[in-house]
Formats: sequence, structure tokens, C-alpha cells
Amino acid sequence: MTTTQVRAARAAADVESPALLLRMRWAVRDTLTITRRNLMIWVRVPAYIAFTVIQPVLFVLMFRYVFGGAIPVDVPGGYVNFLMPGIVGQTAAFATFGTAIALAIELQKGVIDRLRSMPIARSAVLAGRLVADTCRMFVTILIIIAVGYLVGFRFENGFPAAVAMVLLATAFGACMSCIAAFTGLAIKDDEAVQAFGMIWLFPLTFLSSAFVPISTMPGWLQGFANNQPVTHVIDTMRSLALGGPVEASLWKSVAWLVGILVVFAPLSVRAYRRAG
Amino acid sequence: MTSGQAAIFVEGVTKSFGSVQALRGIDIAVPSGTMLGMLGPNGAGKTTAVRILTTLLRPDGGHATVNGFDVVRQAAAVRRSIGLAGQSAAIQEELTGRENLQIIGRLFHLSWPQARRRADELLDQFDLAEAADRPAKTYSGGMQRRLDLAASLVGHPTVLFLDEPTSGLDPRARIGMWEVIRGLVSAGTTLLLTTQYLDEADELADEIVVIDRGLVIAAGTAEELKNRVGGDVLEFSVPDAAAAPRAVAAVAGVGEGDPRVDEATSRVSVGVGGGGSDALIAAVRALDTAGVQVHGMTIRRPSLDDVFLAVTGHAAEEVHKSPARRGRRRARRNGGEEQR
Repeated sequence: MTTTQVRAARAAADVESPALLLRMRWAVRDTLTITRRNLMIWVRVPAYIAFTVIQPVLFVLMFRYVFGGAIPVDVPGGYVNFLMPGIVGQTAAFATFGTAIALAIELQKGVIDRLRSMPIARSAVLAGRLVADTCRMFVTILIIIAVGYLVGFRFENGFPAAVAMVLLATAFGACMSCIAAFTGLAIKDDEAVQAFGMIWLFPLTFLSSAFVPISTMPGWLQGFANNQPVTHVIDTMRSLALGGPVEASLWKSVAWLVGILVVFAPLSVRAYRRAG
Repeated sequence: MTSGQAAIFVEGVTKSFGSVQALRGIDIAVPSGTMLGMLGPNGAGKTTAVRILTTLLRPDGGHATVNGFDVVRQAAAVRRSIGLAGQSAAIQEELTGRENLQIIGRLFHLSWPQARRRADELLDQFDLAEAADRPAKTYSGGMQRRLDLAASLVGHPTVLFLDEPTSGLDPRARIGMWEVIRGLVSAGTTLLLTTQYLDEADELADEIVVIDRGLVIAAGTAEELKNRVGGDVLEFSVPDAAAAPRAVAAVAGVGEGDPRVDEATSRVSVGVGGGGSDALIAAVRALDTAGVQVHGMTIRRPSLDDVFLAVTGHAAEEVHKSPARRGRRRARRNGGEEQR
């Protein structure tokens, strides 16, 4: 072996395996840098904020004033109180469109190629995307709740439970983002990703307890609606917001969310590694 | 040359996508501080080669090193020493030029003051200082590519990969880009540039490899490649295809090789070596004597098509599918942005 080769090998060993702790520190820092970048983009384009907020606000107004009168519910405060936890859940789920579309566009534009060709933590691009999108989702949820208050919604179960509802909604959205990230990286085309988002997100949110009591649906549909994650999560959120038994639906929600993470986080990471 | 001496060394690298063989065993060696032009049509395998060398793809077979580091086993070390600028500007259009560069600096683990300083240096170097605080989406196509190139240089790479850096740019922006690239080589950076344009490789590269269907089919300096074509090309159109045979007969004696006819455009071309204006005059006389009317007669430098014809016997048309799918998509996107 020549001196050059020895030196090269030693240099390689240095960069290939720095101390684990240092590597983790860099991974966190890289993730924060990417998060910051994504949030800067979000804040920089008022249209993004408007679109993420306007759609759920329209839903609030439409269901509150158009359909709401025709939907009988037996919760304290009437339909608007029934509706808001559903809308918040749906907002969290729909926010994942942004995750999928952003990743597909970054793939196409070569942004992800550039980042992958740089000496940064492999996990940082995905993690930064998810952290930023979760922040974005959290802010959107708070805005929607404020709009809900304007049209008559009230938390009936105390402040801690209200906070718990918001946190559960955010955790739910973060898990759904993992699915969305996978679709974005696997499909790689922003328009196709958006169309595909409609196909899985619309049935999942509408065939749930989000907008109407499941008991009003035909029997064959109730089977699906009663046993899918969005219903469990929204039932839990509703109990947290309005009072009522939480345990059963909470455990089912947690089980679903953990299951989604366990399946889709590795799938997303794999799709990211293979992207392009 | 061995992998110890070359900044970029590629030996027998193969890569397939499904049933499409994108690379069928290519060998390349780029000495440190020089520029290699990788010339070939869309789908030839250029982008695949760049993606393997920048650790974005794993080769199926063969091996490749950059700065002595294996692109598969020592990928992290390779990433530390390279820069990549692609076919489209991989910049964030919503952010300003300065922000784009600062974020890349942070990802290279510079402190904030260092990242700011590096961004300022690069903005000056690439003539973007004035536009530094405008969102990159307000930049012209040429400015976006310069910003993209600047971003690839934040980490002081010693080896730089430029994948079709001027595709989709207007001629003026293209020449501006050439000046910038020339500056990089004179600063000692090793460069691998892929291009579809012979004049670009000719203008910039020390050595050229011609790639077609995943194989290196010719290698040498620009002069060597052009000599294989037979120097300059005399070209003209005939009003209709029926006149082509008479035109070919008339100019056959003028050129050094056999004239060829593009049936679709009724355009006749013939290599005239270093004949220059003498060949032009001789051709005009011969055609006049033969009574053939012609349009748009020019003498031009040999093009990629001419080299391809000389080396492969077929034109460099877009015949291959495969990884070019994404490239074309990008090109379309860029085209759209240029028009805006």
C-alpha cells in the first residue's frame, strides 16, 4: 500500500465513523437546519398559509351553517361542538398533502439529490420535513380552533383536556405525515401525489365519525367507519373536548398510531434512500 | 493511470434499471485539477454516471473512486469532498439567494458567522451580490444556475460534478456560465461536466469522452475528436429532395469525405477539413456549374452529430428511454421557467 492510499484509508476511517455521540449531535443539528429552512419557505409564501387555513375554515362554516342543521347529535353544545374535533382531525390529516407534495417537488427539482450528495445525516432531510410540517399543522390547528370559537364552539372539559386534544391531533397528523412522505417519495410526481392523496384521505376522513354520527350510516359502512384509525382518534378528541369516556378509544388510537409509525417510517426512509 | 493518481477513477462500472442497461461498463480517469467533458445524447448514461460518482446510486458492477475514496464503501468521505450541480437549479425559489447559500453552509456545519461569510464570498464571486436578498424565483435562468453552482461550492469541494449545467439557458447566459466554469478549473478544482453540446465540451474540457448507450465510444481531446470527423463541415439546403443527388455529385470533389443528405430537411453536408473559404468558393462554383440552386450555405465547426456519425455511424438522436425520463421532465420544467 502506498503512503497516499494509507493516508486516504485513515482519512476515510475518520469520516466514516466519528463518535456516535457526535454523529447524533450533527443529526439533530442538520434536522433543525432543514426544519428551519422548510418553515422559512412556509412563512415566506403567504399563499401557502392561506391555503392550509382557508380550506378547513370553509369546512367549519359549511358544516356549521349548511349541513349542521340537518345532522342531529346528542352532545353538549350541539352540532358545532360535535363538529370541531372532527374538523381538527381532518385538518391534521389534510395537512399531510403538503408533506407529500413538497417531497415530490424536491425530488423532481434535484433538491434531494443535492442534499443526499452532501455530508449530512441521512435522516435529517426526512426528519426536518416532518418536524417542520408538524409545526405548520400545529399552528393551523390553533387557528381553526380560534375560528371554531367564533362560530360557537366551546371546550366543555377543562383546559388540560383541551391541550391533550390538540396534542393528540398533532401526533395523529405527524403519523399521517409518515404515510404521506412515503407516497410523495414513491410516486415522485407532485400532481399524481395530490390526486392519490384525495383517493386515500377523503374516504378515510369522511367515512369516520368526523362529521356525522356513525349510527346514521348504512350498516355495511358502519363496519368500516367503526374500525378505522380516524374514527378512534376523533372519538378520543371529542371525549377530551366535551367530556366522556376516553380510555377505550385512546388505547385504540395509540395502537393505530404506533402501528402506522412502525410500518411507514421505515418505508419512508427506504423510499428516501432509493429515491431517484 | 491508477486510482491513486486520478481524482475521478471509474473502472468497468455497470448499472441497469430493470431491463434497461444504462451503463454497460465504462472506464474513466480524470487527473486532479483537470476537466473532463462527458459528451453524449439524452439517455446515453451521463446522468447515471454522475449519480453513481456522487453516491446517489450504487453501481451494479465495477468500481469507482473519487479522491481515492470508494463511492460505495466510503460514501461519506466522497460526499465530503465533492460538489454537485444538476440539470435543474436545485435551489429553493421561495428563499433569497443569500438564504439558500447560508442554509447549505449550515448543513456543511459552518457556524452562523462562517455561513454568512461564505455566502457573501460566493454571491460576490458569482455576480449575485445585487440580487442576494431577492427571492430566487425572481432570478433569470442564468442567475438561478449560477446560484445553484455557488451552492455546490459552499463546502470547498475539490471535485465538482456539473450535469448539463447550461441546458435550457439562452446563448448569452450559456457563455456567462462558461466563464464561471473556466474560473473554477483555473482555481484547481477537478471537474466532470456532462453536456450534449460539442462546442461546450470543446470550449471547456481538457479531455472529452463520448458516451452512447452506456458505453464510452471515443475519448481524447477536442482536436482529436474533430480530426476524426474531418474538420469543418460545409452545409446547405436544396429546394427539394430530387435535387439532392445532383448536389451531392457536385460537391463530392470539394469535400474530404462523402457528402451526406438529411432526407427530412433536404440538407446536404460534407466535411471540408481545413479548407475554409476556399472550399466554400469551390462548392459554390461546382453547384453553379451543375445548375443546382441552394439555400443557407454555411461552414461550421463539427457538431456532436458529426462526431457521432463519424464514430458510431448513427446520429445522436434521442432514441433511448430509461433514466432520461426524469431528465426530460426536468428539461420541460426548466423550459417552462425560461419562458415565464
